[in-house]
Amino acid sequence: MSDPASVPPASGPPRISRAADPVDTTLPNARSRGARGWVRWAERLMEGLIYLCGWSAILFVLAIFFFVFIEAAPLAVQGFDFVEFFTSVNWRPTSNVRPQFGTLALLIGSLSVTGLAMLLAVPLGLGAAVYISEFATGKTKEVLKIVVELLAAIPSVVWGFIGMMVLGPIIIRFTGTPVGVNLLNGSVILALMSVPIIVSIAEDALKAVPDSYREAALSLGASQWEVVYRVLFPAAKNGLLAAVLLGVGRAIGETMAVLMVTGHAIQIPRSLLDPIRTLTATIAAELGETVQGDTHFRALFLIGLVLFALTFVVNLAADLIVKGIRHEKNA
Amino acid sequence: MARALAVWASIAASLVVLGGCQGRADRGLRRGEAAASIRVEGSDTMVQLAQAWAEHYHAIQPSVSIQVLGGGSGVGIASLTDGNCDMANASREIEPKEIARIKANRGEEPVTHVVGHDALAIFVHKDNPLDSISIEELAEIYGDGGKITRWSQLGVKLQGDDTIVRVSRQNSSGTYAYFREAVLGRNRDFKLGSIDLSGSKDVVSLVSRTPNAIGYSGMGYATPEVKMLKVSRKKGEPAVAPTIENAKKGDYPITRALYIYTLGEAKGHVKQYLDWILSPEGQKIVVELGYVPRDES
Repeated sequence: MSDPASVPPASGPPRISRAADPVDTTLPNARSRGARGWVRWAERLMEGLIYLCGWSAILFVLAIFFFVFIEAAPLAVQGFDFVEFFTSVNWRPTSNVRPQFGTLALLIGSLSVTGLAMLLAVPLGLGAAVYISEFATGKTKEVLKIVVELLAAIPSVVWGFIGMMVLGPIIIRFTGTPVGVNLLNGSVILALMSVPIIVSIAEDALKAVPDSYREAALSLGASQWEVVYRVLFPAAKNGLLAAVLLGVGRAIGETMAVLMVTGHAIQIPRSLLDPIRTLTATIAAELGETVQGDTHFRALFLIGLVLFALTFVVNLAADLIVKGIRHEKNA
Repeated sequence: MARALAVWASIAASLVVLGGCQGRADRGLRRGEAAASIRVEGSDTMVQLAQAWAEHYHAIQPSVSIQVLGGGSGVGIASLTDGNCDMANASREIEPKEIARIKANRGEEPVTHVVGHDALAIFVHKDNPLDSISIEELAEIYGDGGKITRWSQLGVKLQGDDTIVRVSRQNSSGTYAYFREAVLGRNRDFKLGSIDLSGSKDVVSLVSRTPNAIGYSGMGYATPEVKMLKVSRKKGEPAVAPTIENAKKGDYPITRALYIYTLGEAKGHVKQYLDWILSPEGQKIVVELGYVPRDES
């Protein structure tokens, strides 16, 4: 609009010329402006789309939380016994006598299988990460990285199958226990499932340590092991911790494999060979046949909320730790 | 973090793909409805039976296509409530709450059709020397506060471990509810700590792999690796083998009905299908799959 050529002071005749003006002057002008406008529009559209993609993750998380919360919320006004929910081991949601919704045994089941899995997976995962990042070279390194990624891509139902058909009989053979699906089996399978995650994130963290650190340590006469233990671990500790926590998150949220290999029995385990049941497996096994809107149905969603809170805390901790790394680097 | 992003992106992508498939399936379903199509959903116990019926009926009436889905008795009834299926299979009786919801949602009451019976067999490992068991003993094994935890208490000696490994079903399954009602009685709960599996087949397969296990499932699921125990009502009374004849005569103590629910009285091709299921031809399939036909029991 602000064409500098057509700004004569307002009077009678110029008005006419103004009316004529656009016809000859803006035609070539309009063409280029149109093209430019289109580009600008496309750009704005793409920007908006990408913006939407970014925010959709947050939207999804909120929507899921909201949905789970809405399904569980009516319990609060129905006189649901929340104390029993967290402190009782009696999970009898369909009892004719008195339905009980104690999840203590399930919570302990989830925590024990995750804890044991981490006991196995953390040394294995960190060890593998150190090897891949610091010791392996050339082809070995590339092959190992690909295999670890492949390991992460195995579907959990396949892991469950391996646990039932391969690991179960091995456990029976070597321990003499009657049932091969138990806490030990679940822990080993979960450990194997979380190792790839731990390896790949821990390896990233080790890679992020500047080479000058290694060179400095080596030039001071440190052995390669001393470099790893004294220099790399302290330097990458936040990244390594994040790797472990993401492994924990993976393990605690795992459902299908755990449902297949832990034995699915409601009890607080007294030995490694006791069958247990986890929170996730309980939801998976029972939700399908509950009456919608029933207390049992809602209690399962409440378990979902508990799981949501657990994984949220674990992931948040991992995120905050990763952020910690960045601050350190900037400082 | 880049990795985490990649994970999220792949999750989002798979959701989109899944969503797309869902949409296409729905459209396909709607197009199918133009011809005669019957949607059946419900009990996992009855899925095999329902599929066999659907296949045989389709062979007789090629114009009628029948879609069978499992998911559980509760799922089928919920689906009937929402108008997503024409017939709901259930291995338990519909609950008053569910009837009320169907009435509120659809304005019609569900109608019950008994289409056969299922005899719950008690399975042990094939090498287990035990031959028969009484309902009382079963209740002491499975029931809350029950005293029997070892095979020696039942008078048999097993090689290896003496403890009884109880195999049960997830607490929302119709089989679980029926076993509780028939064996433990209305006012008794299960003892916690049993291995609760999600499918009838899984129970039999675990028992076949575990020498000191005991489990229950429809007798149609029997395999050569497991043994079905004879069951007596009381200790000392004659024990009865789980056979179709015994179940039909009503001699076998753990037998339950299998139901199909329709919204109001069945009409049109749904009614024709239901009539065929209840006819000798449909009931022959019930027998073939190891269940008990409805008419004579």
